[in-house]
Amino acid sequence: MKISKEEVEKVAVLARLALTEGETETFSSEMSSILDYFDKLKEVDTEKVEPTSHASAGRNVMRHDEVRPSLSKEECLMNAPDADKGCLRVPKIIG
Amino acid sequence: MDLYRLKIHELQEMLQRGEVSSREVTESVFRRIDDVEGKVGAFITLMEDEGLECAELADRRIEEGKQDGLTGIPLAIKDNMCMKGKRTTCGSKILESYKPPYDGTVIKSLGGHLSVPVGKTNMDEFAMGSSTETSYFGITRNPWDLGRIAGGSSGGSASAVAADECIGALGSDTGGSIRQPAAYCGVVGLKPTYGRVSRFGLVAFASSLDQIGPLTKDVRDCAILLTAISGHDRLDSTSVDIAVEDYVNSLDGDIGGLRIGIPKEYFTGGIDPDVEKSVWDAVKGLEKLGAAYKEVSLSHSEYALAAYYIIAPAEASSNLARYDGVKYGYRASRPEGLIDMYAKTRSEGFGREVKRRIMLGTYALSAGYYDAYYKKASQVRTLIARDFDEAFKECDLLLTPTVPAPAFKIGEKTGDPLQMYLTDIFTVPANLVGVPGISVPCGFSKDGLPIGLQLLGRHFDEATILRAAYAFEQHTDYHLRRPSLDAGRGK
Repeated sequence: MKISKEEVEKVAVLARLALTEGETETFSSEMSSILDYFDKLKEVDTEKVEPTSHASAGRNVMRHDEVRPSLSKEECLMNAPDADKGCLRVPKIIG
Repeated sequence: MDLYRLKIHELQEMLQRGEVSSREVTESVFRRIDDVEGKVGAFITLMEDEGLECAELADRRIEEGKQDGLTGIPLAIKDNMCMKGKRTTCGSKILESYKPPYDGTVIKSLGGHLSVPVGKTNMDEFAMGSSTETSYFGITRNPWDLGRIAGGSSGGSASAVAADECIGALGSDTGGSIRQPAAYCGVVGLKPTYGRVSRFGLVAFASSLDQIGPLTKDVRDCAILLTAISGHDRLDSTSVDIAVEDYVNSLDGDIGGLRIGIPKEYFTGGIDPDVEKSVWDAVKGLEKLGAAYKEVSLSHSEYALAAYYIIAPAEASSNLARYDGVKYGYRASRPEGLIDMYAKTRSEGFGREVKRRIMLGTYALSAGYYDAYYKKASQVRTLIARDFDEAFKECDLLLTPTVPAPAFKIGEKTGDPLQMYLTDIFTVPANLVGVPGISVPCGFSKDGLPIGLQLLGRHFDEATILRAAYAFEQHTDYHLRRPSLDAGRGK
């Protein structure tokens, strides 16, 4: 399946990636050949086959909703690229 | 004596008898690193000060007679496992200066034993790769031939073990990332059953496939390390509450009556002749030791790689959404607004392969394509799991090559992602199904490159594959050979 440069650009927006012109071009041809390989799966009859999303028998793990010790605010913020007064700072969102 | 060359079980005894101290062993390992690390490039971060400090604590504990199996043993850790206050990069620029505020569960377990941290090993960026060529911090070389790749993504851990830059190591395996580099580097590597080892504190790549496991110099060491890291953890709700055996006890050498299945679909061509010969020699060797083998069918094998390369990038595209330049990690400078900051940060912080997988995963999950790709792959995953269930009714373990060919040359496959992905063809099914797998050295190619044998077991039956691997190893000497680390070809 051929993936056009426009489609690559659309996916990049969804993925929050800003691709260069060169990257868009390379990804268009690389993704096309990888997706061609994926087309193999069309040979398999999967009608009435349940999908598997996890290798272990998924069982929900519950616990009581109780207060427990957790990381301090300082520890949570120590890796932040920009933090101030106990908050994460980001560029202005509302104009 | 070169202490750095010894194995975990040898050092355990020597430490216990007081013949050596952990400090002496640790110093020997760091002098070895001084000598060969420049050639190999196995580490992103070395921890000599912390290691020596820990060795002294370990020596005190040994003097008090309170040591565990790993006390005082220098171990290397793949750089995607969180260690409190120590840089954990995942091989990526986006986490270049990230210092986790907590220890992952396996790190806590090793810390409890007072094993000695040697350093954090190199890896493909976010574990996405089969050669450790996609790391932001440079390439790791294969100690057997420095012109070749070490495999990946746990290439740093595998080459550190092979080059005696540590006594043992931890890696992680999402589609073969422990077993494949173990095969290329001539060491033992085991991917446990999904849920056997806690993933808490392992930087997520594809959460339904990731498992942490050991890379070691022999099978006994593998059993020791696996026993130490296995078990249920309430911080990882996918870890399973099944009692941990002492895997060392399963190494009795007796494989009489063991039924080995050879999946015929794995031998339909495309395997290097040296690899094929070594693997069949191994089958004959196991037969002599009392095992029986028969051909079995895993009829959906040819679809496993395509299913894997849809499912893993899909999960990755979701997991890696967290790298947004807000909470931790790299942030691009001078963005024009919030959305632009996300896009610039991610584009500058991620390398080519990671972007490619995020793009593939986002595409496979996007409206209009979800059914054709992600859902279809998940249904094929069910069929692959059924094949394994059927096969395990007829046999106790499955035997295959770990990889179709020995280690390739640096740069050989970087221009063609699909060729790179194809090196994982024999290892991805175990991750899709969740069963355990081990790679053990089973020979050398004409060029002197290591060849690996893969044994796959039933869910939570690590004991059987370890028993078989141990019996095989006891009757061969491949695991005792060491690379010469000459600049050219090491034989």
